[in-house]
Amino acid sequence: MTRDYLRRLGIAGLTGFSNLGRATVLWARAMWGLPRWADVGLLTRQMYQVGVQSIMIIVLSAFAIGAVLSLQFYTQLANFGAQDSVGVGLALVLLRELGPVVTGLLFAGRAGSAITAEIGLMKTTEQLSSMAMMGVDPLHRVLAPRLWAGMISLPLLTLIFNAIAIFGGVVVGVHWLGADEGSFWSGMQNAVDIWNDFGKGMIKALVFGVLVSWIAVFQGYDAEPTAAGISAATTRTVVLSSIAILATDFVLTLGMYGNFGS
Amino acid sequence: MRMRTIEISVGAFVAAAIVAMVFLAVRVSGVSFGAEQETYKLKARFDEVAGLRRRARVSIAGVNVGRVADIHVDIAYGEAIVTLEIDGKPGELSIDTGAKILTEGILGARYIGLLPGADEEMLEAGDTISETQGALVLENLIGDFVTRMGAS
Repeated sequence: MTRDYLRRLGIAGLTGFSNLGRATVLWARAMWGLPRWADVGLLTRQMYQVGVQSIMIIVLSAFAIGAVLSLQFYTQLANFGAQDSVGVGLALVLLRELGPVVTGLLFAGRAGSAITAEIGLMKTTEQLSSMAMMGVDPLHRVLAPRLWAGMISLPLLTLIFNAIAIFGGVVVGVHWLGADEGSFWSGMQNAVDIWNDFGKGMIKALVFGVLVSWIAVFQGYDAEPTAAGISAATTRTVVLSSIAILATDFVLTLGMYGNFGS
Repeated sequence: MRMRTIEISVGAFVAAAIVAMVFLAVRVSGVSFGAEQETYKLKARFDEVAGLRRRARVSIAGVNVGRVADIHVDIAYGEAIVTLEIDGKPGELSIDTGAKILTEGILGARYIGLLPGADEEMLEAGDTISETQGALVLENLIGDFVTRMGAS
């Protein structure tokens, strides 16, 4: 009984390590393939699929999140007569945490799942093997552009998310609830540091971009070539990406802002 | 979809992101491009600076005139040395200018208020302000109060 349990635990552990190893090799080999000038067209097409098509969901969510944050900050801060600090709280929360994290989660749901399903179906219908037979390396032709597109698109989407969310916060906090516009902006400009808040947030976005596109591509490439296999792989992409984003975010925050004070 | 349409929309996407970045840098982070504003540095010694942070504002009569550039401690004297970065050129603040650590609102951030004096001699860059009043610490105030109550 116990031995059986231990055995299964051992198998699961070894499978986990071998998956991680294969995923790392796959990532390294695919990243090596680009950028080559001949592949810019492929990259552009993927940027369209992954980035441009995600703009709508990003803009709508960003506006809603900025608006609701502003509402919450305003009602709580008004208790202390500090409603003019809404801008500070809004900008810091968005730039440091919510911008990269929420964009990453939405990106995993919107673009990561699509990448996995697409590559999984290519594998199931043996498009990948036929490419390899024709002497076209699917790593370079299919995987690499998606990895790069995800890595580039997520930071760009995060920039748009942050800007729109702050706009949403201004609409609710200043134009609707009536926080003072002057101290809203000046408080923000005094408190936000270009590197410490904005720059570090963008580094998070880049890390999440690498993680999500890596997980999505590997899950697609590794999917069991059946309908059920693709569905399971797509689910795993979203679940693993979300966990990876949230866990990595905690570690990054700890590293970046760990020495509280100063 | 035609390749050209895709290229145009990706281009627009990148352009939108760049606009967002400029907005976040200039409007939100308050980075100003162009000529760096002229500033000079003054020092001030305080017996207590609890709650004061770098980049806190320095004001005269509530109007921003600079920011806190650096805070470090002089262990031998048990005092804090605060470096102030004042906008403009030296020669406008008299040598008996006072500095006070104040609080915005009840829970607000700490900032420094300067009170220009009347002396004819002016502070030069790098000079130290000696007329200072440190931050009020609630525990010390309560301590004083309790001691006085005990004495009377």
